[in-house]
Amino acid sequence: MNTLPRLLRRSAALVAVLLVAACAAPPPSGAPGEFNDPYEAANRKRHEFNKRIDRTLVRPVARRVSKGDGDGTAGRVVSNFASNLSMPQAVVNHVLQGDLNNATRMTARFLLNSTFGFGGLADIATEAGLPEEDTDFGATLHAWGVGEGAYLELPVFGPSTERDAAGMVVDLFTDPLGSVLTARQANIARAARIAGKVADRGRFGDTLDSILYDSADSYAQARLIYLLNRRDELGVEAEDDFIDPYEDIYAE
Amino acid sequence: MPSNPFRRRRVLGLMAALPFATLPLPALALSEAKAKRLVEGIVADINRIIASGKSEAAMIRDFERIFVEYADVPTIALYTLGRDGRQASNAQKRAFTEAFQGYIARKYGKRFREFIGGRIEVESAKTVKTSVEVRTTAYLRGEAPFTIDWVVSDRSGRDKFFNMVIEGVNMLLTERTEIGAMLDRRRGNIDQLIADLRTAG
Repeated sequence: MNTLPRLLRRSAALVAVLLVAACAAPPPSGAPGEFNDPYEAANRKRHEFNKRIDRTLVRPVARRVSKGDGDGTAGRVVSNFASNLSMPQAVVNHVLQGDLNNATRMTARFLLNSTFGFGGLADIATEAGLPEEDTDFGATLHAWGVGEGAYLELPVFGPSTERDAAGMVVDLFTDPLGSVLTARQANIARAARIAGKVADRGRFGDTLDSILYDSADSYAQARLIYLLNRRDELGVEAEDDFIDPYEDIYAE
Repeated sequence: MPSNPFRRRRVLGLMAALPFATLPLPALALSEAKAKRLVEGIVADINRIIASGKSEAAMIRDFERIFVEYADVPTIALYTLGRDGRQASNAQKRAFTEAFQGYIARKYGKRFREFIGGRIEVESAKTVKTSVEVRTTAYLRGEAPFTIDWVVSDRSGRDKFFNMVIEGVNMLLTERTEIGAMLDRRRGNIDQLIADLRTAG
């Protein structure tokens, strides 16, 4: 191992610590649908940048690929391969969250798909009762009591929060696969992940199109959907999550 | 959401809306079993549409019928109009509700072809405050199963669902965000919003 990656890893850890410190703000409260978004102006600029990338690059490629891929089999194979590569990282995070059940299950999933699933091209583990339970360091930070912090829209990566962005940086530099793959293999893995993202863009194309291009305020829509979905995934239950339109409309 | 001077007139709007506020009916206990039956009806109808192999336009018409039959459309529509919209006249509220119903049918109905070859199954029901949440799971071809929760209440006088939650993302908030943004773009002009909503989705 040369010194550069180690240095990068160390500075990544530092950045992550700083970002997490920034999340010390109390978790969001208030009415459902209100978010902690102090960087809205900058976020909106990055949102427009991301839309431009999607419109000029990602979407056309994804469309062309999924058009040539009639029933979507090739797209699924690429997605399978890419998501299988993320399993070792997920196992580490399940362990860090104290979720040994899912750590064991995802280890079994990785082994099964990497061998009998032809290196992860086929997802036979789901059929075998081991569906993907993905997780990341952002979720680990949540399990350790770190609040989500402010909403962020990252360039290229899209919607996130201060906590989840910090988690992503840590995940990028602590992937256990990184220490076993050769430089050449690591490049293939990286390319596969990008291809996986493009394939996903093709598969969920209509959903993303309707959010990005059909809504009156795609930034607000993407922010809402990301935060609600992420909180649901992490099992965050706020006291005032329940929306009562009857009270809202008739009892004001 | 960008700040909107229109919002400052909220208090005025509320006062104007007061005479039109319908009094909610006394909350009768809606049983979990009854709510579950309602959702079983919705799911059976949706599964029938998915399997019918009809054209997209026909599916959207069927979907609008289901929406009107099973959802408390006026309550959903007025909630999405938000506080800014409460100063609307009764005629505007009626016109908005009707336009909203078609918009929802087109917007969600268009997505029906993703469900072809798939199915929805009713799982369980639980009481949350004055409502019942019925959990269903959607199994689509080649996708990981995902949950759809239907939030049911009888406060309209009949058992109806007033919210739908897909993997934590609910229709009331996403549509309130969308309608609010549309209204902001039209500087709070509700008539313009209603006119545009008739073809949106």
